[in-house]
Amino acid sequence: MKRFAFIGVLLFGAVLLYSSFSFPPLGDPHAPANRHVSDDYIRDGMKETAVPNLVTAVLADYRGYDTMFEATVILAAGIACFFLLRRYRRKPAQHRLYRHIDTGVILIIEQGGKEPVDSKEFERIDYHWVPFDLVVNKAAGLMVPFLQLFALYVIFHGHHSPGGGFQGGVIFGATVILLAISRDLRSTTRLFPERTSAFLSSAGLFIYAGTGFACLLLGSNLLDYSALARLLAVDPVMARSHGILLVEIGVGMAVSAIMIWIYYNLASAGRYDEGL
Amino acid sequence: MTDQLPALIIISPLLAALLANIAGWIQKRLCFPAAVAGLLASFLCAAFLMRRVIAGGPVVYRLAGWNPPWGISYYIDNLSGAVLILVSLVALINMLANREVALTMFENRLGAFYSLYLLFVTGLMGIVITGDAFNLYVLLEIASLTGYALIGMGGGRARISSLHYVFMGTIGASLYLFGTGYLYMVTGSLNMADLAALLPQVEKVSLIEISFILCLVGLFIKMAFFPLHAWLPNAYSHAPGPSASLIAPLTTKVMIYVMIRVVLSVYRPEFVFKALPIRDLIIWIAVAAILAGSVMAFKQRRLKRMLSYIIVVEVAYMVGGFWLGNAAGMTGAMLHLLNDAMMTLCLFLAAGSIVSRVMSDEFSYLQGVFQKMPFTMVAFVAGALSVIGVPPTCGFFSKWYLISGGIAAGQYGFAAALIISSLINALLFFRVIEIGYFEPFDMHSHGAEPVFEEASAGMVVPLVATAGLILAMGFYANTLVAWFIEPIVPVVLAGGG
Amino acid sequence: MDAPVLADMLDFVIAKYNYWGIAALMMIGLYAMIAKNNLVKKIIGMNIFQTAIILFFISIATKWDATIPIIIHGHGAHAHSIHAADYMNPLPHVLMLTAIVVSVATLGVALALAVGIFQRYETLEEDNILEQLKADESNLR
Repeated sequence: MKRFAFIGVLLFGAVLLYSSFSFPPLGDPHAPANRHVSDDYIRDGMKETAVPNLVTAVLADYRGYDTMFEATVILAAGIACFFLLRRYRRKPAQHRLYRHIDTGVILIIEQGGKEPVDSKEFERIDYHWVPFDLVVNKAAGLMVPFLQLFALYVIFHGHHSPGGGFQGGVIFGATVILLAISRDLRSTTRLFPERTSAFLSSAGLFIYAGTGFACLLLGSNLLDYSALARLLAVDPVMARSHGILLVEIGVGMAVSAIMIWIYYNLASAGRYDEGL
Repeated sequence: MTDQLPALIIISPLLAALLANIAGWIQKRLCFPAAVAGLLASFLCAAFLMRRVIAGGPVVYRLAGWNPPWGISYYIDNLSGAVLILVSLVALINMLANREVALTMFENRLGAFYSLYLLFVTGLMGIVITGDAFNLYVLLEIASLTGYALIGMGGGRARISSLHYVFMGTIGASLYLFGTGYLYMVTGSLNMADLAALLPQVEKVSLIEISFILCLVGLFIKMAFFPLHAWLPNAYSHAPGPSASLIAPLTTKVMIYVMIRVVLSVYRPEFVFKALPIRDLIIWIAVAAILAGSVMAFKQRRLKRMLSYIIVVEVAYMVGGFWLGNAAGMTGAMLHLLNDAMMTLCLFLAAGSIVSRVMSDEFSYLQGVFQKMPFTMVAFVAGALSVIGVPPTCGFFSKWYLISGGIAAGQYGFAAALIISSLINALLFFRVIEIGYFEPFDMHSHGAEPVFEEASAGMVVPLVATAGLILAMGFYANTLVAWFIEPIVPVVLAGGG
Repeated sequence: MDAPVLADMLDFVIAKYNYWGIAALMMIGLYAMIAKNNLVKKIIGMNIFQTAIILFFISIATKWDATIPIIIHGHGAHAHSIHAADYMNPLPHVLMLTAIVVSVATLGVALALAVGIFQRYETLEEDNILEQLKADESNLR
């Protein structure tokens, strides 16, 4: 098998190498790929969409339909992870561990035993519990708001600088994942429940598809944001810019929620009680 | 509003998928109606759009209002309209038929199931409708990802089969993307019509050739064409019933449609059939695939596994028929694409119905199944006759076109392989029917009376309707050809290879 | 070797070295997917393969002496005419943003399947899993 793989891979590489001799040279501004469609994007993109960041303009407007399905791909992955991994009926754990927060005493409660009320004095902990670490905990907690602010900046400033819904959404999702890593999954799911992530993932995409659909209802083609000009009381070019912002917000919402959802399912193997 | 029909075909299942996902967390009973509404809307739009296409020729829809090479556009001609109707219809029938099975099988994640189901259908419809080479890749991945998840939910070995499918499918899709990258490099465009116009002017033909080979190999992996078919039988036979009868009829057919689309409207038949010396090679591989697949199907002892190998054989029919390059062969391949989806749906639904009652699809468990489940088995026989190619059913007509195309092109090996495979198919199905019909239920080996009975009406009615459609597609085969296929078959090649 | 020939060769290498690196990455990814025994290594190979294609598209988009495709001083008084050669080609970047998301999504689903496999067979080595599958099948008979 290995030898077969090696020969096959070498053959594939030889084909690539052979074809690379006919490639246009790297970085040639006159290569066909850099002329035909792309020249017009660069020249007219700003005029037609009022967005200086051409990647954002092409992503969310010229090829906005692609991007809608790009967000759908990630939604599909989120739902797929949930669908494949989530386990509801599981055997009740034999022991439950509770830690008295002030003293650090750990209670082991046999199955059927009386459990402490979920109060401020006791917290339920994992089997593989890592001792409470003040530095990690506080440092992560301190970073989270700033990271989230940055995520919002990346989403909303995507018109003028590198960024946009996907990038900002991932950063936002990463902040919640950071909390889950530095504390534990149980406390994080209390802050950001599974249900919320499922809702937000659909709702974010709903904003995108709904914006597109609204354009259709207003009499233009699907995703033609210039139709929103009447609603937003701006000229059609500006309406495109606003439409792009709207869908980027939707994408940001969906992506952050889905990243968190996927993390929850993968990290706990669908049990949602303890990390791996 | 009729101008917006193409967009509605895609957006309605997408919105329904989002609703189903939310409904799964609030009120599970709403998932099914939302899903049915989305598919039904999509089906109706596709049907109305087809009327327009037949009356007025191909429809181009500019998404976001941009003109084609800059924005993405839909392109709907007769064949893609027909495949759109087919995909939505098959998905709708399967959803109605499997309502109860899905309810018991996925009780806690019903919303996720319907959501994935609809996204899968959206992906396939998007592949069919799009006129943009890169957009095709994105939707291909949606259909694949949801397909992996739907297959992976089956018990037992489903996860490992699905993961192998992930590997193969990702290589296939990536090769397609890589081929598209070559095209983009030499032309600077991604729109199919624009590419077709630009490609003849490109000087570096070797790059186009390599890009075509990359795309073709990628699609061959995706459609499970013979030496690259290894993922299919495992994935389809271990998939849970409702997913198997959705994915088995549709995925491979849509991939064959993509091959047809890529050849006819991107690289152009003039280039593919004249400039490239691979036509005979592919036809001979198809012959090998038909024979090998038939033999492998014969070795199986489980119904769904046998059917999976039959799919591998049918894929080779269509690929071989298309690559004959003459009008009859192409017509046969396209007609078979429509027919095969319907008969695969019928057979897999029947298998699902049997599994839901007998709890197994091993041949030895099928004794007496005709007495207990008469309607299911009648539909099964209809599907089987169509696969064999017996006259009143639709399978006969497409096979007739394929064989006459093979003879017209001088590819007697291909024509002979088709006939041999029909005979083997007859044997295959006769074996099942013999066990189910003639062998009485053996109380000694099983220890008790058979406890199963006919599947519920919700399952049987769509199943029998599918069998009826197989017959109807047979009766109206000429109309199908005239409406959907004749306008597409390239004129250049009509009349001979 | 003559100096001009050497310079030509150097030019040639500079003009193509990206693509060779990409070809090498693709080969590594493909080899890992076929030959490795561990499922997670296969998944990593798959990701390398996809990443190589992403790099391929990005290489197409480069232009020497060009900057990122964000129009400078697009608004207001500083507005000036735009030269296409000053900005990188935005389209492949857009396409690859999509491809990155697709590869992340595929990675997620593949890992979910791998977690499911690990739960059932308690190993990620493919030959061990196949042994267990064979044992299961012979138990059934």
